[in-house]
Amino acid sequence: MESINLKSERCKQCELCFAHCPSDAISFSNELNKAGFNFACVDEEKCIRCGICYTMCPDGVYAIAINPQAKGEQ
Amino acid sequence: MAKERKVPALIDNPMSFCAGCGHGIVIRLVAECIEELNQQDNIIFPIGVGCSSLLGGGMVADRLHCPHGRAASVATGMKRVTPDTTIITYQGDGDAYNIGISESLNAAYRNENITVITINNTNFGMTGGQMSWTSLPDQKTTTSPKGRDSGATGLPFRFPEMVAGQFDVAYAARGTVTSPKNVNKLKKYIKNGLEAQINGEGYSIIEVLSPCPTNWGLNPVKAMEQIEEQLIPYYPLGVFKNRKEKQDA
Ligand SMILES: Cc1ncc(C[n+]2csc(CCOP(=O)(O)OP(=O)(O)O)c2C)c(N)n1
Ligand code: SF4
Ligand code: SF4
Ligand code: SF4
Ligand SMILES: [Mg+2]
Repeated sequence: MESINLKSERCKQCELCFAHCPSDAISFSNELNKAGFNFACVDEEKCIRCGICYTMCPDGVYAIAINPQAKGEQ
Repeated sequence: MAKERKVPALIDNPMSFCAGCGHGIVIRLVAECIEELNQQDNIIFPIGVGCSSLLGGGMVADRLHCPHGRAASVATGMKRVTPDTTIITYQGDGDAYNIGISESLNAAYRNENITVITINNTNFGMTGGQMSWTSLPDQKTTTSPKGRDSGATGLPFRFPEMVAGQFDVAYAARGTVTSPKNVNKLKKYIKNGLEAQINGEGYSIIEVLSPCPTNWGLNPVKAMEQIEEQLIPYYPLGVFKNRKEKQDA
């Protein structure tokens, strides 16, 4: 299964990912990141790894990795 | 089957744009195209003055912050001296169309073999949202607080259509970043522009209708809706000059 990875410290809470996610998989944290934003979080059960969040995010928060073990990523 | 998605190493750094600013999406697309065309070690960016300049803060590539509006002229020099290097200007509407309209038009007129990316957010974003030549009629900005008076200040113009119609350029298109579909289309435009340059076909321009939520006084999602509702009717999306090889195909 592909993994979806987030660099939460980059999130600016613009909600563009949230507005376009087809699976309603994105929500926002209660805590703040260092920049002071409630950052985006993904429900991995709901997420279909479509990559739309990656496409719409202006701040490079998302990555989708295929076969992460083989590539040595988590 | 899901595709691998990873921000290109060229720009995989935090950038200081406002939340929901369109610049970040466009920069990622440009970097993706550069990687796919294997140009990451063969590029120079002449960068304009404006929020476009913030590109320099996150990008790991050769670049030059040009005198305001002059990026197309700087690009001309770079390309003529190093013709095998891919030269991509990155400018805003205020930079390319107000301050640098002469340089922008002259480079297109000469069909210089460069790629021009212009982020049209219909204002001077960086300096606080002043009116630009591409502000819409009646658009409220900090220098047109009652709405742009086109009778006194002129009508906004459509640069890609202008050069496509008047000059012998290789490729001219306008895209936007309002939806996944439009982002993917815009990427195709940017790739065509870069391929045109790499093949020596001549000047390519890709204008992007891009949100400036901060100066428009809208949240990022609403700013995207504003593009759909107000900008696209005035600034149609599409390809205005297609590459010859594509037309013949
Ligand atoms: C010679 C000179 N004149 C004016 C300015 C002030 N200035 C800085 S950015 C800018 C306009 C930027 O607008 P645009 O190109 O649309 O970029 P945006 O910030 O909207 O992306 C202006 C007028 C300057 N820096 N130098
Ligand atoms: S990959 Fe698709 S489904 Fe998963 S969070 Fe992103 S947009 Fe939603
Ligand atoms: S699009 Fe990116 S910056 Fe915006 S809320 Fe989603 S993760 Fe955060
Ligand atoms: S002022 Fe506008 S164009 Fe500049 S970074 Fe902020 S949203 Fe983007
Ligand atoms: Mg602008």
